[in-house]
Amino acid sequence: MKGVDAEMPGGAITAVVGPSGAGKSTLLRAINRLVEPTAGEIYLDGEPTSRMDPLKLRRRVGMVFQLPALFGATVEEATLYGARLAEREADAGRLLEMAGLEASFLGRAPQALSVGEQQRLSIARALALEPQALLMDEPTSALDEAARRRVEGLIRELNASLGLTIVVVSHHLDQVARIADRVVVLAGGRSGGEWGREEFFSGPGEAARRHISGRS
Amino acid sequence: MEGLQTVGSGLLTLGLVAVAVALSLYQRLDLEKDIGVAVVRSFVQLAAIGYVIDYVFGLESLGAVVLLLAGMVVFAAWTSARRAKGVPRSFYAAAGAIGVAAVATLGILLLLQIVPPTARYLIPLGGMVIGNSMNTASLTLTRLSDDVAEQRPKVEAALALGATSRQAVSPILRTALQHALIPLIDATKTTGIIFLPGAMVGMIIAGADPLEAVRLQIVVLYMLLGSVSIAAILVGLLSYRSFFTARHQLRPAPLE
Repeated sequence: MKGVDAEMPGGAITAVVGPSGAGKSTLLRAINRLVEPTAGEIYLDGEPTSRMDPLKLRRRVGMVFQLPALFGATVEEATLYGARLAEREADAGRLLEMAGLEASFLGRAPQALSVGEQQRLSIARALALEPQALLMDEPTSALDEAARRRVEGLIRELNASLGLTIVVVSHHLDQVARIADRVVVLAGGRSGGEWGREEFFSGPGEAARRHISGRS
Repeated sequence: MEGLQTVGSGLLTLGLVAVAVALSLYQRLDLEKDIGVAVVRSFVQLAAIGYVIDYVFGLESLGAVVLLLAGMVVFAAWTSARRAKGVPRSFYAAAGAIGVAAVATLGILLLLQIVPPTARYLIPLGGMVIGNSMNTASLTLTRLSDDVAEQRPKVEAALALGATSRQAVSPILRTALQHALIPLIDATKTTGIIFLPGAMVGMIIAGADPLEAVRLQIVVLYMLLGSVSIAAILVGLLSYRSFFTARHQLRPAPLE
């Protein structure tokens, strides 16, 4: 990746879009330093992330992946995995409810939940660390339509109620239209511009949008 | 006794191998080449080590014993590292683990005066420790690298939640160690019931008192269980880091 310059404002939902191989996942992983940028700098609240302890940074910036990789024998253990590593108190029942799951799930095996429920559990698990931002790497690509809509609703709800900053990589422009406030376009590992949602879907961003929908 | 000491006995037992080769050829099992290589290699290696041990016995020097054992450790680490190509710098991890296991086990046997400090004891016991540690190190390393490759999403998910490299890899490490130690633990559990171990068989055939053979075998079993477990745990702890950066990032998968 080279020459990527993007702003993801606090409190907003920013969608990162672009053709496959554009570097969307890599950009997301560079934000919480799962990969290290070879050059350039990423700032969180004006502070360069390269100077932060990677473990502390990852606790401030949660991440949700395409597939929910859950740890532990019960839903409760799975929800509290990160919080326990950080030796932090967290209320698993309340976290489940925040993610639209029932607190009665706590004693069950995570594998007994549907994939959509497991994905919402992985969001609850990220929330347990009370992050200021949430990175989501195609969080609905493994889900069916109904589960996808529920996760989209949850993303908007968490943004509205907690003021959570969300950066979501998405392959679907219709999904971007439903949830994003801002759109950052990547193409071939470079910035392809950034727009507000209205601009992206109507005015000046239209050329970039056509370019993406033509390719994906 | 008399039969075992003639050259003819080696040729006679080779006849059994010939039967196996004939069966393999007849059934097209493609095993004859491997069997042939094993026959030749084992003959050359055993003959060579026989002369080497005989020579070292003659020297009556502990330095020569240590040198021979060190050479065995290097060869064992090299063999183990060749098995685990997916693990960067696996030779050093294997050499460290096998070396420490050998030094610790033989050291304890000597300190507690269970065996005397002579070549006659140290070379065969050291060889058993090193050989068994090598097998376990290979199993640990290959399983670890296979599982890290296969479970990248899980490892990254743990790291993203603030886990250290060690915490993120610990379920995989645990499985690899259990997997690697199962053969020896099961062999130890069933020993005497399912099969009689080699050292004991050798002593009984050579005319030793069966109870004396059992006494030595118990020493050997505990020594192996201890040293092999040490080797497995150490090779795991020394090698898992090579999959990560110091910043708790999973390194990109090596290209095939």
